[in-house]
Amino acid sequence: MFVYIIRRLLQMIPVLLGVILVVFLIMQMVPGDPAVLLAGEGASAETIAKMRTQLGLDQPIMVQYAQYVFNVFQGDLGTSLRSNLPVWDEIMARLPATIELALASIFVTVVLGMIAGIVSATKQYSAADITIMVIALLGVSLPSFWLGLSLIYTFSVKLQLFPVAGWGTWKHMILPAITLGTAGAAIVARMTRSSMLDVVRQDYIRTAKAKGLRETVIIYKHALKNALIPIITVVGLQFGFLLGGTVLVESVFAINGLGRLIVDAIRMRDLPVVQGGVLIASIIFVFVNLLVDVLYRYFNKRIDLN
Amino acid sequence: MPEQQDIILDVRNLQTHFFTDDGVSKAVDGVDFSLNRGETLGLVGESGCGKSITSLSILRLIASPPGKIVGGEILFKGQDLTKKSEADMRTIRGNEISMIFQEPMTSLNPVYSVGEQIAEVLRLHQNMGRKEAWDKAVDMLRLVGIPSPEKRATQEPHELSGGMRQRVMIAMALACRPEILIADEPTTALDVTIQAQILELMKKLQVEMGMSIIMITHDLGVVAETCDRVAVMYAGKVVEYTTAQNLFANPRHPYTVGLMNSLPRLDEDVEELQAIKGNVPSPFNMPVGCRFAPRCPHATELCNTKLPELLAYADGSKVRCWMYTSEWDGDTKTATEVGV
Repeated sequence: MFVYIIRRLLQMIPVLLGVILVVFLIMQMVPGDPAVLLAGEGASAETIAKMRTQLGLDQPIMVQYAQYVFNVFQGDLGTSLRSNLPVWDEIMARLPATIELALASIFVTVVLGMIAGIVSATKQYSAADITIMVIALLGVSLPSFWLGLSLIYTFSVKLQLFPVAGWGTWKHMILPAITLGTAGAAIVARMTRSSMLDVVRQDYIRTAKAKGLRETVIIYKHALKNALIPIITVVGLQFGFLLGGTVLVESVFAINGLGRLIVDAIRMRDLPVVQGGVLIASIIFVFVNLLVDVLYRYFNKRIDLN
Repeated sequence: MPEQQDIILDVRNLQTHFFTDDGVSKAVDGVDFSLNRGETLGLVGESGCGKSITSLSILRLIASPPGKIVGGEILFKGQDLTKKSEADMRTIRGNEISMIFQEPMTSLNPVYSVGEQIAEVLRLHQNMGRKEAWDKAVDMLRLVGIPSPEKRATQEPHELSGGMRQRVMIAMALACRPEILIADEPTTALDVTIQAQILELMKKLQVEMGMSIIMITHDLGVVAETCDRVAVMYAGKVVEYTTAQNLFANPRHPYTVGLMNSLPRLDEDVEELQAIKGNVPSPFNMPVGCRFAPRCPHATELCNTKLPELLAYADGSKVRCWMYTSEWDGDTKTATEVGV
C-alpha cells in the first residue's frame, strides 16, 4: 500500500507537467497580445516591447514553457496583472474558503446521498423510496444557480434564518453547501440505492441472515461495505464537478473563494491569475483521484493495485 | 420407524407460495417429512422442485414479499417455527439450526476475513468476547481440516480455494454446535475429489457433534453416500419418503424409478441415457391431478384428474401415487396396495 502511494505520487509528475502545458497554452490561445493588454490602450511601441521583454514573451515558446514549469515548481505562479501581487499569495488568500465550501458540500453529497439511498434500497417500492427518488430526480435536474437563489429567497430573505451572502461562520456555510451538494447527493442517492439493491441479493447476505444477524447489522456491516465501491467512484467524479460548481455558487453567494477569483480574473483578462487558479484546482483534483483509488483498495482488498 | 421422541424436526404439509405479478407460484405445495436426532435426511429432486425453498422456509428466510409460508407446520423440538417471532427466529438461525449453501465462492462476504465471519456468529449467539470468539474461530478452522488456521483466519475469502471456502462455511455453520445442519447442495460446485472430502468431513463432524443433517441434493450418488432416509420431491410436493436403502432397492413412485433409470451405469453398455420425457410443470400452472401424470408412463384418467394423497406404508415409508391404491385402474401388475 505504502509503495503504491509512493509510485502513484511519482506518476503524478508527468500528469502535472501535462496540466501545466495545457494551462500554459491558455495564455497562448487568448486572442491579443498580453503585452499590449498589460501596457494599456494607446501605449507606445517602445513600452510594449519593453513589457514583452519583461514578461519573457520575446523568447521562443519552448523556452517560455520551460521557464513557466521551472517557476511553478518553485511556487512562483507569476504576478497578478491587476493587483501586482504574487498570484500564489492571491490564491492562498482565497483557497481556504473554497476548500471549506467543497468539504461542506461533499459532506452534504455523501451523508445526505447515502442515507437517502440506503432508506430507498431497504424500503424498495415504498412511499419513502418513491419520494426520495422523485426528489433525487429534481435534485439532478435543478441548475445550481436557480437552487441557490431560491434558497436565499426562502431562507434568508423571507425566513431570515441564514445570512444572504458572505463567508465566515457555520451559518454562512449551510445554504451554499446545500446548493452545491444537492446535485451530487441526488446522484449518490441513486447510485447507493442501485448498489445496495444489487448487494442485498448476493449469496453472502443470505449467509448473514442464516447466521441470525439483525437486519441493521446485515445492512450496515455486511451490505454497505460491499456497496461502497461504485459509490466511491461517483463521489470522486462528483468532486470534479463540485470544483467547477464552486465558481457559480461563490458568485451567487458572494463568497471570496478561488472560483470567484478565477471568474473575476477572466473578466479583467488577468491571465497569470487564471493560469494559477486552474493549475491549483487541477492539482487538487489529481490528489482527490489518488485518494479515491486508495479508498478502493481499502474497501475492497480484491483490487490488486500492483 | 424410530420412536416419537427422537424426532427433532417434523415438517407437515408445508406450503410456500410466491405472489408475483404473473400469478401465484406454488413452489412448495405439500411437503412432509420428519428428521430424527443424529440422522441424515436427503431431500432429492431436480432443479426447481422446491427443495431449496423448503430449506429456506424452515429457517424462515423466504423473501417476503413476494414469498409467504401459507400453510403447514414446521415443528422444531415440538414448537412451530411458522408461528415464531422474527426475534425468536434470529436466536435459532446459525445457533440451533445452521445452513450451508451451494455456492462457496459467493456465500462468504468478500470484504471480511474468514476468521471474523466465523467469530461473528460466536459473539452473537454465545456471548463471547472478541478474543475468545477469534480463538474459537481458529479452533473451528482447525477442526474442519484447514492447515495453518491462525494464518488462514486472517485471510479474506478470495485468498482461499472453493473447497477451503466450503470448509469455512461448515466451520461457521457448526461453530455454535447446532442441532440441525441444512446443507443445500454443499458439494455441487466442487471438484469430484473435493466433494468426497467435504462429505467425509460432514459425516465425521456429525458423529462427533451428534447433529442431524438435511442434505439437499439432486445427486443420487451423494444420497447413497450419506443419507439414512430420503424424501423425493417433484413439482413442490414430496412424492416418496423412505429409507435410502429402500429407495435404491425398491423405488415405488414412477418419478423415482425414472430418476434411477436416468443414472448413467458403468456396468452396462447403453447407447443412450434414459431421460424422463417431458418437462417439469410451471409452478404458475400446475396440473390438476397428479403433478407427474403428464410425464408418467403409467398415467391413467384417474391420475390426470385427481391428486393422490401421500399414503403411508406400515414401515413408515410413504408414496404419493394412485398405483398403490385400491382405486388404481391401470394395467401395471407390479403395484402393491398400500397398507394404510
